[in-house]
Order: sequence, then C-alpha cells, then structure tokens
Amino acid sequence: MEDSIIQVENLGKCYIIGHEKRNPNATLTDKVLQKTRQAALKTKKLFLGGDLITGHDLEEFWALQEVNFSIQQGDSIGIIGRNGAGKSTLLKILSRITEPTTGRVRIRGRVASLLEVGTGFHPELSGRENIFLNGAILGMSRQEVKRKFDEIVDFSGVEKFLDTPVKRYSSGMYVRLAFAIAAHMEPDILIVDEVLAVGDAEFQKKCLGKMKDASQNQGRTILFVSHQMQAVSALTSTCLFLEKGKLAFSGNTNEAITRYLTYGISNSLQYNDELSLNKPKITRIEILTSEGGYTHVHGDPMEIIVDVSLPGGLHGGSLSLQLVNSADIPVVQFWITDSDRHILRSGGLHHFRCLIPKLRLFMGKYSLTAVLSENNTRNTLQKLDQVCSFEVSMIRTERDHPFHEGSSTYLDDFSWETEG
Amino acid sequence: MKKTGNQPSGESDFELIIEPGMSRKAYWKDLWRYRELFYILAWRDIAVRYKQTVVGAAWSIIRPLLTMVVFSVVFGMIAKLPSVGNVPYPILVFVGLLPWQFFSNSLSEASNSLILNTNLISKVYCPRLIIPASSIISSFADLLISMAILVILMIYYRFLPGWQIVFLPLFLLLAFLVSFGAGLYTATLNAKYRDFRHIVPFIIQAGLYISPVGFSSTIIPDKWRLLYSLNPMVGVIDGFRWSILGDVSKIYLPGFFISVGVILLLLYFSVRYFRKMEKMMADYI
Repeated sequence: MEDSIIQVENLGKCYIIGHEKRNPNATLTDKVLQKTRQAALKTKKLFLGGDLITGHDLEEFWALQEVNFSIQQGDSIGIIGRNGAGKSTLLKILSRITEPTTGRVRIRGRVASLLEVGTGFHPELSGRENIFLNGAILGMSRQEVKRKFDEIVDFSGVEKFLDTPVKRYSSGMYVRLAFAIAAHMEPDILIVDEVLAVGDAEFQKKCLGKMKDASQNQGRTILFVSHQMQAVSALTSTCLFLEKGKLAFSGNTNEAITRYLTYGISNSLQYNDELSLNKPKITRIEILTSEGGYTHVHGDPMEIIVDVSLPGGLHGGSLSLQLVNSADIPVVQFWITDSDRHILRSGGLHHFRCLIPKLRLFMGKYSLTAVLSENNTRNTLQKLDQVCSFEVSMIRTERDHPFHEGSSTYLDDFSWETEG
Repeated sequence: MKKTGNQPSGESDFELIIEPGMSRKAYWKDLWRYRELFYILAWRDIAVRYKQTVVGAAWSIIRPLLTMVVFSVVFGMIAKLPSVGNVPYPILVFVGLLPWQFFSNSLSEASNSLILNTNLISKVYCPRLIIPASSIISSFADLLISMAILVILMIYYRFLPGWQIVFLPLFLLLAFLVSFGAGLYTATLNAKYRDFRHIVPFIIQAGLYISPVGFSSTIIPDKWRLLYSLNPMVGVIDGFRWSILGDVSKIYLPGFFISVGVILLLLYFSVRYFRKMEKMMADYI
C-alpha cells in the first residue's frame, strides 16, 4: 500500500557460518599441518580483505527469508516466534544496524529502537549525566532531553540518586532509569525488543502503560517483540509470527498467539514410528477418546495405547505420560514402572494400555508427552514432546451458565452443605 | 528533518529506503544530524577520565613534561644532537612532542574506539564514523593543555615566537587530519582483525624514533630528505616547529608537500575502507 509507514519486500538476511572438519583419527602431524595451513589461509585472507571465518566448510545460514509485510501509521504490531526465528535480526535491519542481503525496506518516519536497556550507560557517570548521554545515543537532541528532564526523572523514581555514579545503582534502578529515558523518545515508529524481560512486575506494568499510551493516545506506530504472550495481547492488535526466518502468519494477535503456542504440536490422535534394532523406542501411541475422534467429553473414560520396542531388556524401565495444556503446563501424569510390575524386562515389542476411568480435565486443548526411561527414571531413553493432541468438551456436564476456558485446569468431585 | 512537537506526522518528508548496497548520499547528512552525539561522546571520554582519579587531570601535564625532560637529557645532552639556531633544546623537543603525542594518543584511542563501543554499533543506529572521530577529541584536550605548558616554558626561556605563529592553526589542522586518517584505519582493522591492537603500540614506538621528535629534521642528510618526508608526521612536526620557533627552524618545502600528500591520501583511503567495512560491522564486531 502506498501510504504504509513501513513496507518490507522480500527481505532476507544471510550469515555465513563455518564448520570445522572433525577427524578423530588425526595424528599429531596431521594436526600440525592443519594448523599451519589454516594460518596461511588466514594471512592470505587478511591481505585480500576477506572475512576471517574459522572452519573449513562454509554454510549459508538464512536468518530471514522472503519476508513481506506492511504496517500502517498508528498500528501496534507484535512480533512473536521461538528463539532463533529471526525476530531480532528483523529489528536490527529495521533499525539500520545491519544491512539486508536481499529485499527492500521503505520507512516513512523517524525510527527509535530500544533493543537493549541502558545502551551506552557509563558506570562512572552520574544518573544525570547518563540521561544526557543515553538520550543523545538514542537520537534525542540535547534541548529535547533538557525539556523532558524532569518528566524522565519522575518516571524513573531515582531523583534522590541523580548525582551518584550509576555503578552504585541497584539493577532495578538502572533499568527504570534506562527505560524512562527511552520512554520519552518521540519517534514516529518505536521498536521495542524483549526489554520487558528485565525488571519486576510493577516496572513491566509501567512500561506497558507508557507504550499503550504512546500507541493509543499519541498515534505512534509500535513494533513490539516479546515472549510474554499476555503483554503481546494486551498491547497489540496484529501480530507477525516468525518461524525459522520466514513469516509464518500475519494477522490478528490472538490467532497468531494460538498458532505460536500450538506450532509443532501434532494435531493427530496417533503417533507412529519405525522400530529400531539397536535402540529402545516408543513405536506407537494412540489416544482413544470417548467420542472416537478428536473430542473427548469431560468425565468420560479414556484409553491410551503405547507400544514400545526394545532390542534387549531394561533394568528398572518405566513409561510415563503427561497431558499438557495450551499454556504448556503439564496438568496430569500417568506412569508405570518396573518396581510396580515387571515390565520391559526383555527384548521385543511391548504393548501397554493406560485406562483412565474418569478424565477430569477441564475444557481446552491438550497434548501428550511420553517419556521412556530406565534405571528408575534416572536415564531417559526417549522423550516425545507433545506428539498427540485432543480436545476436551464440557458437553455432558450440566450447568446453567457457560464454561469458560482457562477458569480451571480440572474439575474434582464436590458437594455442598448449606444452612438457612 | 528535525521534528519537534508531540504528535508524529506521518507525512514528514523523512523517507528512508534500506536495501543491500544502498546509496550513501544520506550518510553525510546523517553525520550532521548526529553531531550532538559526537560532542557528547567526546565529553564522555574526557569526563570519565577525570572522574576516576585525581592524577587523571595531572597526568595531562606530567606526561608531556616528563617526556620532554627525558628527551632533552638523552638526545640533547647525551647524544649531543644539535638544536637549531639558539633555540634551547628542551623547547625544540617540546614543540616536536606536542603534535607527536597528539598523534600517538589519538591513534591508540581511535584504534580501540570501535571495540570499546560495540554496544553503540550493535544495539543502536548512529553513523559509525562518529565513534573514532570523537575518540580523538580527548587527545586534543591534552594537546591544548600541553600548549599551555609550552607557553610557560617559553616565558621561562624568554623565547618569543615570530609572525610564523599565525600558521599554527593550519598545522594543527594537519595534525588532526593525520591522526584521524591513521586512527580510522587502525580502528577499522582492529574491529575486524583483533591482532591489530598489539601492532599499534609497536608502530607508535617505532614512529617515535623515526619522526623528528627528539631531534630536528635538519640532521637528515639531503639525499634522504624526500624519502624521509613520506612519514606524514615529518611535515606536521616540521610545520609546528617552523610556526612556533620561526625561520630558524627551516621548513623543507618539497618534503612538506610530500607529507601533506601522504596525509590526504591516507585520509581518503581510510574513509573509503571504513565505509566499506561499516556495512557489515554489526555482524562481526
């Protein structure tokens, strides 16, 4: 769109990483020769002005690939993704800290980036001096800082210590001062990268409040990267979900968050794997729900079938299953160990059936994690993380008002006594 | 392009395109926009130095004074190198020391400037040229203090400078240019190939004996004079001596122009190299 404040087309960033060749049978002569060759190559590269990347094999690593999106003025956009998805790289490119390898970015407005709190703070200088220093680094003119000085000090709450060297500040004071300065930048576009990870809950609330104010009352455009989904959904209405350098989803925040949380979780009731001749393995898992499909009715019995293939017997073998909810919290577990019952004591295929008479889980989406171990769980042989999933429905539980997901994790039996 | 006021205006004339290998016309405009950062970084270096110790402030006086004493003794009395005209040897040495110490301090500070400020390079945007440029300013402050000492020395020896002193700012500018050119080069090299931080002190040590600090250029035999002038500091130091001490310390013009030429070439290539390396700097520093 022509009037977008940020427009990104086909953006890509490639890093070159080196791999050392590993040769466990190398002799000392081999190693010495190898080192000499490396030194000669490095000197040659030095004279030709090339990069000094250690390692023989060079591999291209695309931190970002084919990213396209556009942002309108006044938007509040979240950027989410796992570690290594490319979020920080994207921010670095938008902040002009590093150059893209491919693609093009068009920005119409002044950008201020907060990628780290307290960039440029010098420990020997006082709080007052650091306010001017940090302000200048962030791109504020000296006049601007002078004008907002009192506001900044007020927001940070370090007035009493303004003239002490910053190296004497507690980490909380440090972070509050740093954010106070950054919060008073008045850019068109504000980019914030996971800086809320530091600081206590009160500080985070204050920061979020300030950013919300900037977005809603002042009409600034905000790009916000965070791992805290509550903060992202409180502050933003649209999200970009990055996965392995590519834009996996762009749209409504709640949907993006759901996709992020359920990414990689199989949507299937079954798990299958080939058996191995020399490794203990779980070869099959199947969840038998009350309705026979993806939905399971709360309170109904459930069966979970697990097949394990062993090359030889295990000592103290055990199998454990966990049901994990959509917030990645394991809610209930089932286990069987050799000490209860002699299991997994010989090679071959072993068949298990877990019978749960009454599944008390509350409504929501759940996934199954299975762990196979030996030596009384001291040695984990295989862990299958969230490989099957299903959904619990409250259909046959009677109540005159609706159930809301998240209001509990499970329901237990209870009764009431009343008087009057 | 400066914007004031609280409301952001999406219609500002500020448009930026980021793409690989993008044109850098805006870079020089950016340098001007960020000039305040330049001042503040320079201020920071100076303020921090004096915050750490009482001696910090005195060091700016002690260092040049001490070196002058040592040089006067070693070159003047022991080696009995001649001075020029009737200029007292200590003054000859001191006048040569002024630009040399400015150059060597600048070189050391500049070559480490990028490495010491990695957070400015990898976490925040600014035209990176400001970083090595501002690191030179603290050495310039030292130079000014040393000049004050020189004035005291000249009063002590009852030595008055001639009309040539009017050219001193020109030579000061030259000193600046050579310090910046060399400093920028070593800064860039150091950021990429960390060995360089060990090479720089060695260069400074060697340079001290090659440059006419402890002696006057006049003792160099004529046939070597031109080659000798390839050392850019020769032109600067000779110029300093001529402007402060007068015609007594003759300036060898052909040699001088060679030095100036070397300085300008150095500046050109170092800026070019820096700009080329700057694009990738955040990735490898």
